[in-house]
Amino acid sequence: MSKKNMLRLAALTAAAALALTACGDDAADPGTGDGGEGTLRIGTKYDQPGLGLDEGGTMSGFDVDVAKAVAEKLGYSEDQIEWSESPTPQRESMLETGQVDMIFATYSITDTRKEKVQFAGPYLVAGQDLLVKADDDSITGPQDLEGKLLCSVSGSTPAERVAEDYPGVQLQEYDTYSLCVEALAGGRVDALTTDDTILAGYAAQEQWAGQFKVVGAPFSEELYGVGIPKESDMCEQVNEALTELYEDGTMDEIIDKNFGPAGYTPAPGTNPPTPGGHCG
Amino acid sequence: MLELIERFDFFSAVWMTVKLTLWAALGSLILGTFIAVLRLSPIKVLQWAGSTYVTVFRNTPLTVVVVAANLVIWNQLGLEVAARNATYLDDTNFRLAILALVAYHAAFVCEAIRSGVNTIPVGQAEAARSIGLTFGQNLRHIILPQAFRGAVTPLGNVLIALTKNTTVVTAIGVAQVSHAMRRMIEFRSDVLFTVFGLVALTFIVLTLPLGILTGWASEKLAVKR
Repeated sequence: MSKKNMLRLAALTAAAALALTACGDDAADPGTGDGGEGTLRIGTKYDQPGLGLDEGGTMSGFDVDVAKAVAEKLGYSEDQIEWSESPTPQRESMLETGQVDMIFATYSITDTRKEKVQFAGPYLVAGQDLLVKADDDSITGPQDLEGKLLCSVSGSTPAERVAEDYPGVQLQEYDTYSLCVEALAGGRVDALTTDDTILAGYAAQEQWAGQFKVVGAPFSEELYGVGIPKESDMCEQVNEALTELYEDGTMDEIIDKNFGPAGYTPAPGTNPPTPGGHCG
Repeated sequence: MLELIERFDFFSAVWMTVKLTLWAALGSLILGTFIAVLRLSPIKVLQWAGSTYVTVFRNTPLTVVVVAANLVIWNQLGLEVAARNATYLDDTNFRLAILALVAYHAAFVCEAIRSGVNTIPVGQAEAARSIGLTFGQNLRHIILPQAFRGAVTPLGNVLIALTKNTTVVTAIGVAQVSHAMRRMIEFRSDVLFTVFGLVALTFIVLTLPLGILTGWASEKLAVKR
């Protein structure tokens, strides 16, 4: 049996053990918290430029880089990470069923979600913002949106917030933000709204370079956390790792590498955040 | 469950699904019949046009058709299908969604009607021609009336599929049942199974009567030969 197969078998056994213990009352340690051995299964977005993007097998983006750095602090090398895609609607269930050990996927910490999973972090405080054409000076914040056409993703939190707080705004909803960017480029909508990090990711994409700008007036606070299964004991370890990443400057490098080209910096008042307080 | 229904305005989402279904059913019945006539006509070019239409739309994923309706017609070509008022985007997407649903399901309606035509003995069309009926008269008096009666079950199947396919138009943000479901999942992921149950129940309530009705109607209307 080759080494790789051995690893797979080990992972499978671990997964089976996890599934079994999840049924018991006093769940034993499901994560390999001590690190160094086996694999760390991390869920992230595969389709979010600048945050988590699968480019034909290699992963890139802010969330991916933070995940790699955290894994390193926990004692896992890069090839011990097993990536899986965790789209927004599936994140909680992937953690609950033990398909992944942790999720880095623009995962905002909310009370509803905390009923099902625990969060390490926050590792970044993003905010809902607007993306407009580079030459558009008529929109400087949400107060200028009256009568404008706005774009976001169907049923998402940003879409809902705009619909509730700014009733005079019309909202075009698509399945993905890429289609919104398309409509913005075509001049059919005036602005695209979601977390500023996601907007910066699009603005920094090569094919759109120089065409759009992030307005820079965030009107919400999204605490990006690391989703971890309730019964895992890795939460505090991840918090420590995140704190270290901020202290040793790694985090600033990661932010600069991924968002630098878009001219985006995390809102200064709320960043850097203090990880902790959302475990358990 | 009641709290979910209230908070996410579920009934207006259901009403939107019903509206989409009814308009798209009407539109695809008309367009589908027209294409079936093309395919039955004695003129080669028209037959070819009809079968090309069916091949193209039957083999294109509905999501692609829906998104294309929005991206091509509205975004790229810049055609307006609604007035620039307070509900401009809602109207635009609602109409484009119906257009896409009609275009897609017309292909299936056409094939359902052709299957109905196949239930008619060939001798009838030949007899009609021999007493001097034109193609149009033949179609109107002999073929189509019997074809529709023979195609009730397959048409019912298309209608049921159409009802469920309306969920796809979430892709362009039309606020029907699956759009409401997505919002519920986003904000109330703690009651995931209740959400799924509610949506499944809604579609059973919508489609089960359709199945029973078409089953009954197909027997009642069948041509006794």
